[in-house]
Amino acid sequence: MTKRQFITMDGNEAVAYVAYRVNEVIAIYPITPSSPMGEWADQWASEDCLNIWGTRPAVMEMQSEGGAAGAVHGALQTGSLTTTFTASQGLLLMIPNMYKIAGELTPAVFHIAARSLAAQGLSIFGDHQDVMAARQTGWAMLCSNNVQEAMDFALIAQAASLESRIPFLHFFDGFRTSHEVAKIEVLAEDDLRAMIDDNLVLAHRARALSPDRPVLRGTAQNPDVYFQARETVNPFYAKCPDIVQAQMDKFAKIVGRQYRLYEYHGAPDAEHVIVMMGSGCEAAHETVDFLKGKVGLLKVRLYRPFDMPRFVAALPASVKQITVLDRTKEPGSAGEPLYQDVVTALAEAGKSIKVLGGRYGLSSKEFTPAMVKAVFENKTKNHFTVGIHDDVTHTSLAFDEKFSTEPAQVVRAVFYGLGSDGTVGANKNSIKIIGENTDNYAQGYFVYDSKKSGSMTVSHLRFGPQPIRSTYLVSQANFVACHQPIFLERYDVLKEAIPGGVFLLNSAYSAAEVWQHLPRATQRQLIEKKLKFYTIDAVKVARDSGMGGRINTVMQVCFFAISGVLPKAEAIEAIKYSIKKTYGKKGDEIVQMNLKAVDNTLAHLHKVPVPAAVDATADLLAPVSDEAPDFVRNVLGEIIAARGDSLPVSKMPIDGTFPTNTARWEKRNIALDIPVWDPATCIQCAKCAMVCPHGTIRTKVYEPAVLTGAPATFKSCEARDRDWKPLGLKFTIQVAAEDCTGCGLCVDVCPAKNKTQTKLKAINMAPQAPLRDAERENWDFFLNLPEMDRRKLKVGSIPQQQMQQPLFEFSGACAGCGETPYLKLVSQLFGDRMIVANATGCSSIYGGNLPTTPWAQNKDGRGPAWCNSLFEDNAEFGLGFRLSVDKQTEFAQELLKKHAAVVGDDLVTAILNADQKDEAGIYDQRERVAALKQKLTTPETRQLLAVADLLVKKSVWIIGGDGWAYDIGFGGLDHVLASGRNVNILVLDTEVYSNTGGQCSKSTPRGAIAKFAAGGKPVGKKDLGLIAMSYGHVYVGSVAMGARDEHTLRTFLEAESYDGPSLIIAYSHCIAHGINMTTAMQNQKAAVNSGQWLLYRYDPRRSATGENPFQFDSRPPTKKVSEFLLMENRFKMLTKSKPEDAKILFDMAQDDVEARYRLYEYLASRKTKPDAAAVAGAAAQPPTTTVTA
Amino acid sequence: MDLTTTYLGMKLKNPLVMSACGPLSEEIGNLRRAEDAGAGAVVLYSLFEEQLRHDTHELHYRLEQGTNSFAEALSYFPEPAQFHLGPEGYLKHIQQAKAAVKIPVVASLNGCSLGGWTDFAKKIEKAGADALELNIYYIPTDLTLSGAEVEQTYVDILKAVKAVVKIPVAVKLSARFSNIANMAKRLDSAGANGLVMFNRFYQPDIDLDALEVKPRVLLSTPHAMRLPLRWIAILHGRVQASLAATSGIHTGHDVLKMLMAGANVTMLCSALLKHGIDHLRAVEQEMRQWMEEHEYESVKQMQGSMSQIHCADPSAFERAQYMRAITTYKAA
Repeated sequence: MTKRQFITMDGNEAVAYVAYRVNEVIAIYPITPSSPMGEWADQWASEDCLNIWGTRPAVMEMQSEGGAAGAVHGALQTGSLTTTFTASQGLLLMIPNMYKIAGELTPAVFHIAARSLAAQGLSIFGDHQDVMAARQTGWAMLCSNNVQEAMDFALIAQAASLESRIPFLHFFDGFRTSHEVAKIEVLAEDDLRAMIDDNLVLAHRARALSPDRPVLRGTAQNPDVYFQARETVNPFYAKCPDIVQAQMDKFAKIVGRQYRLYEYHGAPDAEHVIVMMGSGCEAAHETVDFLKGKVGLLKVRLYRPFDMPRFVAALPASVKQITVLDRTKEPGSAGEPLYQDVVTALAEAGKSIKVLGGRYGLSSKEFTPAMVKAVFENKTKNHFTVGIHDDVTHTSLAFDEKFSTEPAQVVRAVFYGLGSDGTVGANKNSIKIIGENTDNYAQGYFVYDSKKSGSMTVSHLRFGPQPIRSTYLVSQANFVACHQPIFLERYDVLKEAIPGGVFLLNSAYSAAEVWQHLPRATQRQLIEKKLKFYTIDAVKVARDSGMGGRINTVMQVCFFAISGVLPKAEAIEAIKYSIKKTYGKKGDEIVQMNLKAVDNTLAHLHKVPVPAAVDATADLLAPVSDEAPDFVRNVLGEIIAARGDSLPVSKMPIDGTFPTNTARWEKRNIALDIPVWDPATCIQCAKCAMVCPHGTIRTKVYEPAVLTGAPATFKSCEARDRDWKPLGLKFTIQVAAEDCTGCGLCVDVCPAKNKTQTKLKAINMAPQAPLRDAERENWDFFLNLPEMDRRKLKVGSIPQQQMQQPLFEFSGACAGCGETPYLKLVSQLFGDRMIVANATGCSSIYGGNLPTTPWAQNKDGRGPAWCNSLFEDNAEFGLGFRLSVDKQTEFAQELLKKHAAVVGDDLVTAILNADQKDEAGIYDQRERVAALKQKLTTPETRQLLAVADLLVKKSVWIIGGDGWAYDIGFGGLDHVLASGRNVNILVLDTEVYSNTGGQCSKSTPRGAIAKFAAGGKPVGKKDLGLIAMSYGHVYVGSVAMGARDEHTLRTFLEAESYDGPSLIIAYSHCIAHGINMTTAMQNQKAAVNSGQWLLYRYDPRRSATGENPFQFDSRPPTKKVSEFLLMENRFKMLTKSKPEDAKILFDMAQDDVEARYRLYEYLASRKTKPDAAAVAGAAAQPPTTTVTA
Repeated sequence: MDLTTTYLGMKLKNPLVMSACGPLSEEIGNLRRAEDAGAGAVVLYSLFEEQLRHDTHELHYRLEQGTNSFAEALSYFPEPAQFHLGPEGYLKHIQQAKAAVKIPVVASLNGCSLGGWTDFAKKIEKAGADALELNIYYIPTDLTLSGAEVEQTYVDILKAVKAVVKIPVAVKLSARFSNIANMAKRLDSAGANGLVMFNRFYQPDIDLDALEVKPRVLLSTPHAMRLPLRWIAILHGRVQASLAATSGIHTGHDVLKMLMAGANVTMLCSALLKHGIDHLRAVEQEMRQWMEEHEYESVKQMQGSMSQIHCADPSAFERAQYMRAITTYKAA
């Protein structure tokens, strides 16, 4: 008998486990939430894991999902068993190939972690919009509802596809299933062998293209035959449902789990049946069992081909009402797709049964038993929604939030942690311990923050004797742990605690003191719910054990010690065993450190007596200040307070339009330490302000008189700049204490040292808490100091340029982010006139992930206008901005001439001939346009009034990461560069897909370890700048702020001033490099000093004067590349995982650098003649700004 | 002419040893070059236990950094099935060195825990090293730590290592002991097969532009040999252990002086870094020429001939010499 193991894993791993073993070619591309499937495949391939035929599948990362689909199509056509994994927009990009693959009757399975589509906003979370958008492609669609089914159906789909020749989309809910960690029975290799019929595999091979038996596919067909040819496939679709059911039956015989295409669960005499697909079925299943009424659930597993007779037959004869739940939305349709299919099926079967349809669960919206109950209670409302409050079109069903079906024998625990404290990792480990050491089933689901720094995580864990079907968050917790006491100030962490439950708090206060430091809400619930209260100073225990700030192991031990889920001694042994298993490969040091933490924990865990009465005065802090605008208070504030689920439809913008300038209201207070300025040491170079990734250090110069009324601790000194000193101006560097992330980059780059203690600089880190109140007041005072007149600033000098107000501040990027300093710089230089097209990726997330945005406005209400279209089309999207702006400007100029009589010739001439090359020119033009608009009062001039603002210069910026620019968006980027139009393209080059977790891009350098390059990238980095320079008419700049900040500034100024396409490639250090983020600017410097990153500018304007357009700004390397590589874990890790390969690749990396340096030296040495074309085309202005090096 | 000598009980074809000068001994090709250029033995660069520990912690920290914080990026790196975090690389280097050259290969170890010293020493022996040099690199900065305790640490490490390996063990010791002779004697008694004199510690420097302390590596200059010369001369004939001279040996004449003082071998590093490994040929040639001119037949003849025991003026190696040097010095 086949022996199978019970193992805890998430849905992605469960699916990848099967897919890897039953395929030969796997084309991958990262997209949340399906990326881990590709990552597993790549990792297993790098470890030489074999498929069931004993060979290692070929895994290839492509440049986009479209590319992956093409590669899959090709591999299938040439006879390999081939798969891919994707979601959301990725699946949409595969659709053209999917038609082909289906039309050619090619067996294949795509595994989809189903996710929302970008409409009014992007969402990475789960629903069925993506798969429903592919339902017309001719692919069969098989839906799994939980982690076990995801593994099982991955195999059944493969077997059925081979037999039916119909390609299959196997889909499961993104996050809810793809990321849920659950204990499942893992299919044995024998099961896989038994399910896959080699005769079918050989038949697939026999159909392959081969010059040894040539055929022609992919013909062009004409009106005479296309139609008939299209109908040839009908028999295959007709047979497909039988085949799938037969494979399910075969699976049941081999493995023991019986599935049906349309699976009914509930009362045999049910009168009301819910029809649905996906993880929501689990909650509905649980609710049907709980309600015990005449209700039932029909789970649709095979959605395409939709077998109508089988579907109808699966319904109980007693049914009087069917409610179809769709996890998607098709605006304007007669109903969502599953609803329509059900209606059609019943109609064709001649059944007259009432059918209602409703939508639920978009973007992983919770779908709970309470909602299921509300659906069963709904007898009349059609096309309803459930799970939200729709107060606009009143579609929503009301539901009882208190209704719960949580089985009593299930242990339910909720943990509030910080991303950086290891809580989630520890909980995943606890699930493994319980799942794999006891007979209990286990489930873990994790909720993450929208921010990348200082982010909160909430872990929801369940353990019980039966398989767990609760596919919704824990709302009735026996155990609540708060791993960071600061959460108590802002969140009601005990709202999930049930009476008599346990509350564990990590706190620096002793058991005797901790009570008095709790807010009222916490005290009240501890008393009212009669909770058992425990506390531990986990930070101290962790530090004493050598763990630094990682309190994960300590808190895990506490959980096991007091939750009673396992006998204490047994649990401790299991934890220790698990530590050895988990950390063993990282060396004994790490194991011992964790074991020490385990041993040190229990002595510091204390039970706290709960007094009878609430005596605290502090209550939960308001999410935003009362001074915030209404929308920020009433909408964004609710999201910040984790109450976004309660916002009704009417509160949401109708078209996805949100105000900018909102991050300033979200005082996150996440820094433990903040920089403190020492005016006496400061040389006023403003480097600290320039590198600050979060816009939390600013400089100002001002008249001494405005200091009147300054707070007592507000610091000021004489301005040192030679332009300002004679004027007697004052200077201040001010830190936004409540917005700072504490990254410390500013301190690291500060060049000034205290003369008596050289360890001190002009800014030094100090604990935030004691400074918070005073610095809040200082920051407010600072903001009210007048901004320097932009016209008076020498913008090429960093100390002066940094006086420009940042219009990008307080982003949620990782602390110490290497991208955001560039964005802040752009916003300072051009923010009042810029429109941003932002590719999907890190910058679109920290730039546009709700609730707030760092894109800000100046006092005149001007600032960057920002939009994210997609990942792949960003260059084209931005070009669209340019075309539109230019067209409207041209139209405005035409109208201006037409209405010269009204406007006046002088003003018309002045506006049309305006020089807008610098700040003063733009200022003057704004004044003229303001005067113009005053005159446009007649109906005839309405058109001109509408476009008059376009007469002032607009700066179009196309921004994205290397995944976009080098890979998925390269085709578009190339076209935009070729267009010659005036756009500024900023590539924030982290050399890896950062936002999706570090996958290799074509920018990844040779030798770097990344996901999809687990063995170290064997080939070199693409030279994007060189490609762009080959056009001759593109301004190209390669910068690294940490290496030479003045070069960065100069490049940005030149690029923007160039009246044509500009490409700036900006080296951006990243957390995905595995580096110390505090000193990351030193890494940038080392990258340049080793020649790994080159600084240069290519300015086509120089050709016009006979100068070489290429200026090589890098000096000869002063250190070996390996010195730089060993500073970063992405490279260094290879020396630890594959030392032999590392040596070879590092040597090749050195060769790469030397060869590239020689090439660039040659480019810089070329003698050029004046270029007639460039001269003619040089409507291109010369650089307009004064630049000092 | 017989240039052979014995060091740590091993017979060497000559007393010229390429010492543990990191960058040179990291390349197997350089070891071959040294052999071809006539080296009698090579000492490999040091295995630093502290470095291994640091790397382990750093790797762990960097792999965990930023994980499980953001829904789209729950990790940033693939996790390989295994890491080579231990001394495997170094051990492999020993094996490759042994396969590449016929001359003795001496490994060098710098531990930071007693367990580390013994554990790695055993592995080094198993990897095939002919001998082991303990590179006890220790700068005491604790104001409460007495000299006696520091000395005891040296002895404890040596004893612990000697207890677990059979290959000869040399101690590279610091010149900063109150009584070097006593320390040498204690190490000798504790079983040291050789004493390498002396360890040159990197001396920090201050960068006036950056106002930072920087460990700038300085190559040794010829005058640096005076210190080991003195102590080798004093110790020759008084300890059982072989004596290796290191620091400031640049020429054949320097080698001859050291041999006469009593060294069994002389170790060259800075000279090879400066002039290349082939410089060994020139050194040997100069030795031979001098020996020929002065009718010496063998190295053994001269070894210790100018040591304190055998020289005409034993007091010349004692402190009084300094006084006399001052009084006899005349400005040019």
